[in-house]
Amino acid sequence: MPESIPQDSVGLVQPHTLHVDQPLELECGRQLPSYDLVYETYGNLNASASNAVLICHALSGHHHAAGYHSMDEKRPGWWDSCIGPGKPIDTNRFFVVCLNNLGGCHGSSGPTSTNPETGQLWGPDFPMMTVKDWVKSQARLADALGIEQWAAVVGGSLGGMQALQWAIDFPERLRHSVVIAAAPKLSAQNIAFNEVARQSILTDPNFHGGRYYLHDTYPRQGLILARMVGHITYLSDDAMRMKFGRDLRSGRFHFGFDVEFQVESYLRHQGETFSRNFDANTYLLMTKALDYFDPAREQGGTLEQALERTRCGFLVMSFNSDWRFSPERSREIVNALTHVGRDVSYAEIDTPKGHDAFLLPIPEYVKLFGAYLRRVADEVDADGQ
Amino acid sequence: MANDVQRIREWMPERNDLSLISDWIPRNASVLDLGCGDGALLAYLKANKGVRGYGLEIDQDNLAACFENGVNVIEQDLDNGLDNFQNDRFDYVVMTQALQAVLRPDRILAEMLRVGREAIITFPNFGHWRVRSYLAFKGRMPVSSALPYEWYDTPNIHLCTVNDFETHCRKNDIRIIQREVVNRDHSSSTLPRLLPNLFGEIAIYRVTR
Repeated sequence: MPESIPQDSVGLVQPHTLHVDQPLELECGRQLPSYDLVYETYGNLNASASNAVLICHALSGHHHAAGYHSMDEKRPGWWDSCIGPGKPIDTNRFFVVCLNNLGGCHGSSGPTSTNPETGQLWGPDFPMMTVKDWVKSQARLADALGIEQWAAVVGGSLGGMQALQWAIDFPERLRHSVVIAAAPKLSAQNIAFNEVARQSILTDPNFHGGRYYLHDTYPRQGLILARMVGHITYLSDDAMRMKFGRDLRSGRFHFGFDVEFQVESYLRHQGETFSRNFDANTYLLMTKALDYFDPAREQGGTLEQALERTRCGFLVMSFNSDWRFSPERSREIVNALTHVGRDVSYAEIDTPKGHDAFLLPIPEYVKLFGAYLRRVADEVDADGQ
Repeated sequence: MANDVQRIREWMPERNDLSLISDWIPRNASVLDLGCGDGALLAYLKANKGVRGYGLEIDQDNLAACFENGVNVIEQDLDNGLDNFQNDRFDYVVMTQALQAVLRPDRILAEMLRVGREAIITFPNFGHWRVRSYLAFKGRMPVSSALPYEWYDTPNIHLCTVNDFETHCRKNDIRIIQREVVNRDHSSSTLPRLLPNLFGEIAIYRVTR
């Protein structure tokens, strides 16, 4: 709970809901006849609606990116380190929009919402979503908010993939794409980790083919395992060594299988907290969206071909200890962009924090992120005059 | 944009090599700037000559300055080569005051001429008479305003003279198209023109394969 709202916070915020009746054709061949998008906004939209920034969330994210919902909320939104007055995504200059993606479990239409056609929960029948589908739905939100062109579309990890897809699918509708700790497609190893996570959920006896809610239960153990394995990939070897080392909870071996090492305790705690707050069907769906992401495949084979369509400026950033989406993966994007002559800048942040670094207020990262977005804000201002 | 031009005008007098270089680069050329610093040259070329290109840098403050100047900059260590760029990708590859600081100047020079049709290189001439006399009379590694480091902390690990550079070009079939050898104040006066290896402090070359 914040004693008082910090100066550089967007303060108390509340979510809004956009109901869309226009059907959304999906890549899987199905369609959503109507749907809800839950979103939050921070800062003010200028008269020409040219200062809007879209934040795309990652695997387990949602629309609450910054500020507090109430004075009782323990922690601010998930990207509060980077969104707020004077922060890299400066709400004194930008109108920031963040939504919960379709298929999510935080208010937008997804497995935990009601299928309007049946009156039942969607559950496992919610259609499979792709990054492309999300971007299309985000464009509908932009239409509703009167935003013809984003000053920037910004995201980390799976969010960065959405920022990249935006540049390809709606080249005229964004000035800049900020792609952080992402990859142009998942590697076999990435998919393998996702598959372990999915199998742990799918094989949980409480999964019930995804209709666990009808049995008044949920695949708790499966979700815990899925999150534990995922969490390992978010941290680096160094970060784990620094945080836990081989520290023991009680200072001695117990020669059993209860929690002994601090790292075990931490992972179990992370898994348990997550399992209480996240829907298993959503987790399955989000990991598949990651696996399917491959804009090169869709555009005829090469990433260069896919990026030929883009018109915006790009900022690509990576973290040297990130082994989930390593700097090499970001450089694939940068190289393809320089090959086709697009405006692109790239920075590789030196940090031991691993993939999770994109969520943290690492000084070097904050400085470079802020510098780039100041330029974006200056461009917007110059155009408005 | 007006800001960039102003910044360049304020900045250029100290870096006359940059204004010389920008004279050599035609309108709408594509340029790769190795060790681009705060992006002043690229910002100037973009604003005044419609040049498109990228800078390579490793210093975080310089990266931030490039971001703010609206200059495309890619964090990349020159010692790792340029193999992420195709052959003949750029009209010009520029490297100002960095040749002497890379691990293998010969390799980077070859790489510059692979990815660019022409290369523009500037370096401090270690054959300048003041450098020679410093070593001759003091018997110590030269320290000057152009070379302000001590022997143990200098980033300038491969200093060369005008003659060294030209010999290297000759041996490796690198054709020198244009040469300017200037003094500290970057004016191109008579002495450096007559005896460049003795009187030139900064050498500026335009070369091709």
